[in-house]
Amino acid sequence: MSLITPDGGLLFWMLIIFGIVFFVLAKWGFPIITSSVENRSSRIADSLRKADEVDAREAAISSEYGKMLSEAKAEQARILKEASRTRDEIIARAKQEAADETAKMIEHARVQIEAERVSAAADLRREVALLSVEVAEKVLRGRLASESEQKTLIDKLVDEAAKAPKADS
Amino acid sequence: MKVLMSILLSLLLAFQPEGLSASGEQPGSGHLRNFFAEASGVAVAEQTADTPDISAIIFGHVGDSYEWHITRIGSRDIAIFLPVIVRTHDGLWHCFSSRHLLHPAGEHAAALSDTGALQETPEYEGLHIASEGEPHAGKIVEQDGRRPLDISITKNVLSLIMSSLLLVVLVLLCARWYRRHDSLREAPKGLAALLEPLFVMVHDMAKDNIGEDWRRYSPFLLTAFLFILLNNFMGILPIFPGGANLTGNIACTLVLALFTFFTVNLTGTKHYYEEMLNPDVPGVLKPLMAVIEVFSALVKPISLTIRLFANMLAGHIQILCMVSIIFIMAKYGGVLLGGMSALTVLFGIFLDVLEMLISFIQAYIFTMLSSIYIGLARVKH
Repeated sequence: MSLITPDGGLLFWMLIIFGIVFFVLAKWGFPIITSSVENRSSRIADSLRKADEVDAREAAISSEYGKMLSEAKAEQARILKEASRTRDEIIARAKQEAADETAKMIEHARVQIEAERVSAAADLRREVALLSVEVAEKVLRGRLASESEQKTLIDKLVDEAAKAPKADS
Repeated sequence: MKVLMSILLSLLLAFQPEGLSASGEQPGSGHLRNFFAEASGVAVAEQTADTPDISAIIFGHVGDSYEWHITRIGSRDIAIFLPVIVRTHDGLWHCFSSRHLLHPAGEHAAALSDTGALQETPEYEGLHIASEGEPHAGKIVEQDGRRPLDISITKNVLSLIMSSLLLVVLVLLCARWYRRHDSLREAPKGLAALLEPLFVMVHDMAKDNIGEDWRRYSPFLLTAFLFILLNNFMGILPIFPGGANLTGNIACTLVLALFTFFTVNLTGTKHYYEEMLNPDVPGVLKPLMAVIEVFSALVKPISLTIRLFANMLAGHIQILCMVSIIFIMAKYGGVLLGGMSALTVLFGIFLDVLEMLISFIQAYIFTMLSSIYIGLARVKH
């Protein structure tokens, strides 16, 4: 048997059988396999790409979040500072108002005390005047017991009265 | 890689004749002469009486036959007789078991190993198997020596049928897995997981070499690749159902190459034919280039045929040679036999492993070149 001349019988069977195998596999075998394998590999490629995208987005989000957090902290600090300033202001104003009120009350009290004092002084003066009138009456009564004395006094009074209108006019 | 392997192969080939001729003066050289004479199609009947006819054994193994000889237990041959289907020149179809044409069990092996070439084979329905020295040696011929139309189920055809069934079953089972499972959510298991890398490999090859319409050609490339790979592996298996040298048979590789050829040339683009028949060269060179282009298109399937056939055949012959050394050594006494046997077994293992590698590489190369040829015929501008 020569090895390098193709044998007709085998050629015939090979043609038929390989043809059938090819037909069967190309019809029922490989299309589904090829499409499944391709779908999977494209899906894997897709998934990898998506995962990358998600990673990138996540990184962006986390940096955003960090920025927001620091902003919020700054805002908080600012608010706290403002609050403490407002509190200080309120306290200061309250103190001021209290001081003013106190001062006003003290002033009022002082005025009242002054008025009381004035009226008390007037009372006292009136009392002293009455007392002095009574004392003067008693002194005069004692001194005007003699006639001469009465006369000198009348003279003196007349003098005085004469001088007084001159002083008035 | 290829260079390295070809160096290895040539080294091995160089080693074998040395080993053989160093071991025995007469049988070695006689064997070698037979070997090369047979390979070039000339039958040589020279044979020493006490040495097994190694070249007959080797060519019996790598060639085709009408029965599938599995083994011999004692003096009994275990063989599968295959149906003979022929149409003789008188227009009659004959269909019978090859048992009628072969020697009765036991005698056949003796005929092969001792004086096989000279022994007449039985005749049945006016047909017999031509013996060595006649034209069509080993094939069924009519009484006047003419070849009938012979589509017998030979050893290679049976092997082809079995491996094709196996291939179809494997791939359809695989396809069933993909049909029943959502490949987007599940990783393949079992058979599908085993074969998917091969599918993906061929897909990538097709994508790289063919381009956008690769899907149209991937069924052919996948079929060719898996067919060649499976048959190569089956060929390495030493016992039934393996061991038939199908991909080392030129008829088989020729058909595969013709499939590639017609796929390439029946689906070629207009531009491909324009480039081939009206190449872009100065006027005088045009006819010359066209002839060269057409010739190269015709040579491509031939090179595909020869490459696969020669590689697989050579691999088989190497392994068989290695094993045969043991039988040649048998008459030179225990020391030489033992030593050479140990060496032979080591080399045999090496060659088997190498052959597995080559099986894969040849399937790969065939598919790769097919896809490249298809890609070249799909040029668009």
